[in-house]
Amino acid sequence: MNAETGIETTARGEAWLAALSNGAPRLDGYPASVQVADAELAGRPVRWIAVVPDVASPFPRARHGEVGLREGWSLARAVHDAVLADRDAPAKRAIIAVVDTPSQAYGRREEAFGIHQSLAGAADAYATARLAGHAVIALLVGKAMSGAFLAHGYQANRILALADPGVQVHAMGKEAAARITMRSVEDLEAFAATVPPMAYDIDNYATLGLLWRRVPVAHADAPGAGDLATVRTALEAALADIDADPHRDLRGRLGGENRQASARVREVLARQWQG
Amino acid sequence: MSHAAMLSRESFVELGARARARVLLDPGTFRELAGPFDGLTSPWLARQGVVPQADDGVIVAKGTIGGYPAVVLAIEGAFQGGSLGEVGGAKIAGALELAAQDNRQGTPTRAVILFETGGVRLQEANLGLAAIADIHAAIVDLRRYQPVIGVIAGQVGCFGGMSIAAGLCSALVVTREARLGLNGPAVIEQEAGIAEYDSRDRPLIWSLTGGEQRIATGLADRYVEDDGVAIRATVAELVALPPAAPRSAQYALYLERLARYDPARQADAAAVRALFAGDQP
Repeated sequence: MNAETGIETTARGEAWLAALSNGAPRLDGYPASVQVADAELAGRPVRWIAVVPDVASPFPRARHGEVGLREGWSLARAVHDAVLADRDAPAKRAIIAVVDTPSQAYGRREEAFGIHQSLAGAADAYATARLAGHAVIALLVGKAMSGAFLAHGYQANRILALADPGVQVHAMGKEAAARITMRSVEDLEAFAATVPPMAYDIDNYATLGLLWRRVPVAHADAPGAGDLATVRTALEAALADIDADPHRDLRGRLGGENRQASARVREVLARQWQG
Repeated sequence: MSHAAMLSRESFVELGARARARVLLDPGTFRELAGPFDGLTSPWLARQGVVPQADDGVIVAKGTIGGYPAVVLAIEGAFQGGSLGEVGGAKIAGALELAAQDNRQGTPTRAVILFETGGVRLQEANLGLAAIADIHAAIVDLRRYQPVIGVIAGQVGCFGGMSIAAGLCSALVVTREARLGLNGPAVIEQEAGIAEYDSRDRPLIWSLTGGEQRIATGLADRYVEDDGVAIRATVAELVALPPAAPRSAQYALYLERLARYDPARQADAAAVRALFAGDQP
């Protein structure tokens, strides 16, 4: 918890990126909040990308791991550069987004200079990489919130999450949602427990069909050798699953027990489409 | 504008989503899909004490625009603030997916999205967010083949994850009544404090996120009067254009511009115009 702002910052994104990339050097030319490293996974080239806190960021509203103006456009660059570099390569490198982002950045500078466009840049890049044949994976190790998750992770072919209470997915951070709806965090949690898409925890999220797999770990904050091996094995399995999949779109997310209307709407549209 | 012109003008902003879609499509071609009689209402609202709507606030209409096959996706700002839940989000995403499939099979279907939305419907939180991710994916896919045109007419504006969708469109049309931003003013004030963003300071908010500012700073492509005929003509012109590099792919340009901004200075409308105007991509 940051004493000045009351905003929780974690170092999970950085810890997992460093461990999974075997301490490979971060690529130059990115802000300190966007860490990019190239390192192999089971002999295959991977670009690892994380958004991390930078308490010294010149953008005061983007110091706790939020995806802000620079972060969005820098994510776009990190992904597009990999797509361009591999354009004529027979095997395109995988792109793995390590996700621990408390939110998008909320601020006047951000709205003024078009943070929505910056986040669109990032979403564009990940979607373009997926369509170009890169395996794109999101590994949720902490919070995956709202616009930040849309920009960094949600365009992946497969989403994996650590099975840990610190991993949360939502449209609005719990504290902000409680303030906006004028409920206590406890009330919000109790209410969310009865409506699966309103919940923050990863087990409820799994019932929506959006996650490819949950990965059990002993220490989500500081991965040990056993946890690393487990996560690597899961990531390799995800790569193999993507390789075997003829589709590059997101249809694999439509089978959830609590996401049946999404599939039904598509059936109706397809039936009526040709008139 | 003369008095006669003003009197003959038909407001687009005042129309509901279904009527807006009719205005954009060639006369006699409007055909609604997944409509109010198809039994597709939100499975989540009633249990939270919110009365669902038979179309879940999203209209999917097929037809032609200037003779080209097109699908119009119109969000109803009057229902739950245009918020997107599971069903409405799936209607937009699913229609865009089918339009892309059309193109792969030889039918050059275009898409027009009428944004009038606060973003994710908080009562359906993660399903709204997931649907918006699907919408992003489908826009990026479809716009490789044919234009995906966004229109922000007003008065709800376009916020949240759908502002990112607007940022992915091939071209974006705004009016003076439009606002475009990621975070709503009240949320920013809650999160960052009133000194950072005063949600009651309407002149400030409009000066930063209004249609006039977004067009002046190159974050939108066309500025039109609130007039159905003018909006229809603009959209018809844009859907006929060949695919071009979208704004969302211009990371090098925007990173270079941001590097010239000193964030120690709080932003104002003039600073954004100085940095973003002039050298458009």
